Amino acid sequence: MEFVLALLCGLMTAASIYLMLSGNTIRYIFGLVIATNAVNLLIFVAGRLFSIRPPLIPEGAEVPPETVANALPQALILTAIVIGFALLSFVFILFYRAYQATGTVETEKMRIAEPAYDAHPTGNPHPEGNNA
Amino acid sequence: MNWLLISPIIIPFLAAAVCLLCRHNPGRHKILSLAGAVLHFGACTALLVYTTRNGMIAMQAGNWPAPFGITLVADHLSAILVAVTGILGLSVVTYSTADIDDPLIYAGYHPVVHILLGGICGAFLTGDLFNLYVWFEVMLIASFGLLILGGETRQLDGGVKYVMLNLLSTLLFIAGLGLLYGMTGTLNMADLHGVVQAVPDKALLTAVAVVFMAAFGIKAGLFPLFFWLPASYHTPPAAVSAILAGLLTKVGVYALIRMFTLVFTFNIAYTHGLLLVAAIATMVTGVVGAAAYYEFRRILSFHIISQVGYMVLGLALFTPLAITGAVFYLLHHMIVKANLFLISGVCQRIGGTMELDRLGGFYRHHGFLAFLFFIPAFSLAGFPPLSGFWAKMILIRASLEINAWIAAGAAAVVGLLTVYSMTKIWGEAFWKPVPENAAPSEGGIRATADMRLMLPIAVLVAITIVIGLMPAPFFALAERAAHELLHPEIYVTTVLGGV
Repeated sequence: MEFVLALLCGLMTAASIYLMLSGNTIRYIFGLVIATNAVNLLIFVAGRLFSIRPPLIPEGAEVPPETVANALPQALILTAIVIGFALLSFVFILFYRAYQATGTVETEKMRIAEPAYDAHPTGNPHPEGNNA
Repeated sequence: MNWLLISPIIIPFLAAAVCLLCRHNPGRHKILSLAGAVLHFGACTALLVYTTRNGMIAMQAGNWPAPFGITLVADHLSAILVAVTGILGLSVVTYSTADIDDPLIYAGYHPVVHILLGGICGAFLTGDLFNLYVWFEVMLIASFGLLILGGETRQLDGGVKYVMLNLLSTLLFIAGLGLLYGMTGTLNMADLHGVVQAVPDKALLTAVAVVFMAAFGIKAGLFPLFFWLPASYHTPPAAVSAILAGLLTKVGVYALIRMFTLVFTFNIAYTHGLLLVAAIATMVTGVVGAAAYYEFRRILSFHIISQVGYMVLGLALFTPLAITGAVFYLLHHMIVKANLFLISGVCQRIGGTMELDRLGGFYRHHGFLAFLFFIPAFSLAGFPPLSGFWAKMILIRASLEINAWIAAGAAAVVGLLTVYSMTKIWGEAFWKPVPENAAPSEGGIRATADMRLMLPIAVLVAITIVIGLMPAPFFALAERAAHELLHPEIYVTTVLGGV
């Protein structure tokens, strides 16, 4: 089971990196969604998997009778999901506004904050200072 | 004592809540925001004073004993950084009352600034790795908001790149955190210090250490992970640039210092060797980038990168003197860098632009502003006897002591190149006459006569001069911080033993 999940984690990470590197803000968002879930899965697997052993302590006992599922990784994932969701909705709005303002979703063409030197509003006073 | 430790975190959040309630009345809003910043400054200073008198303190949130609950710890490093955060917070909020226009106040500028300050203090004070992640997220969302507040096209454009790379950093952080928890079963930093020594597979643990290094490296702006920084820091209003430049990357540096002195110290030759290479490359690329630009704030942005290189160099060399140098550098740099961005905002108000070829005549027409710029600019470049000179000297001396000739050489050459780009700003904006194609100055307030703009700048300049002329007490403080960092058992006993 752990092997399968580890493999899935790797596949999802690979897919997300591919999407994030494709230079398109919409694909970046999809990549981000997949990457977030890959990381959540990673925490889940790293916290050890025990099936059908809920972390419950029977009445009258002080400790659980046998090794039970670790609840902490799930708490961590829950927090990460909540935070990830909030950030994701922010990213959606930001990228949509950026699309409205710049008219493109291709990151290569988003050069307003860092203009190419020949497109410089004040001309090109120092051509040797060319930059990316 | 517990209240002392938690108030630098609580006060900004309370201030943010109160500000949010009356954001439709800018006048009252500014006063409340300022009051919050003053209180925060007081709390931060009190924490530093208490820590220097009584040594390191820790508290367990909700009285859950460590390592099960969330721990807050203030050692000298944290206390120094929190105190500087208080100073910068107050300066920037004061500056903002004049610099930030009403539309941005309606949009919630002041609450977001306070949330950012609270997040930064939380990150400095927490002793729990997952809690650190949460504070990083708080800071992140607040900085996203500040960066694009106003919604100009270039802000949105810069913001997209900033968001893309910083989200990647948090993903790396939490992935590393999950793996570390899987190997050790704890996330309390003091507990981790002991537990990692017992982990059998050190090679795997080193890989996790490098994941953390990449995550914090993106935050700090280390080579080759810094590209979000020069893409975005020159786009928002000057007050926002100042607070981001002064504080945000330093949290990354702090996290690196904390993790690589407390937890990941089992394979110093590899991890700190890697940091050393990254630090030297960061110093060099940052300063070369600065030399290539002719826009006021973009030059300053690249300087942040090269200066972060110096701080990480101190960590990478890992000797008492080098760590002292790193802490001293942090202290000096945060104040100087935020101040330079504040000054750039005043220059923009007068000159109407940040393009150096269209600025000029400040020395002739605004002599006092020129003096205020001269001090931090040449302190950054390392002119004696200003604060940057001592910071650089300690680090170069620390490099020479352990025969790290390349590091010492790089630090000296990068210092010289910093002088070059600072002279560039000085020569263009301050020294040369007003150019013919000068932009009309921005209307509204007379920037150099407005106390709300000039007072924070003057106070920060005064602090820079004091650090420069009397470095001894600050050096002693940094030395005590370094001593604690290199003797993690003090930290561990404070957290785990003294509940």
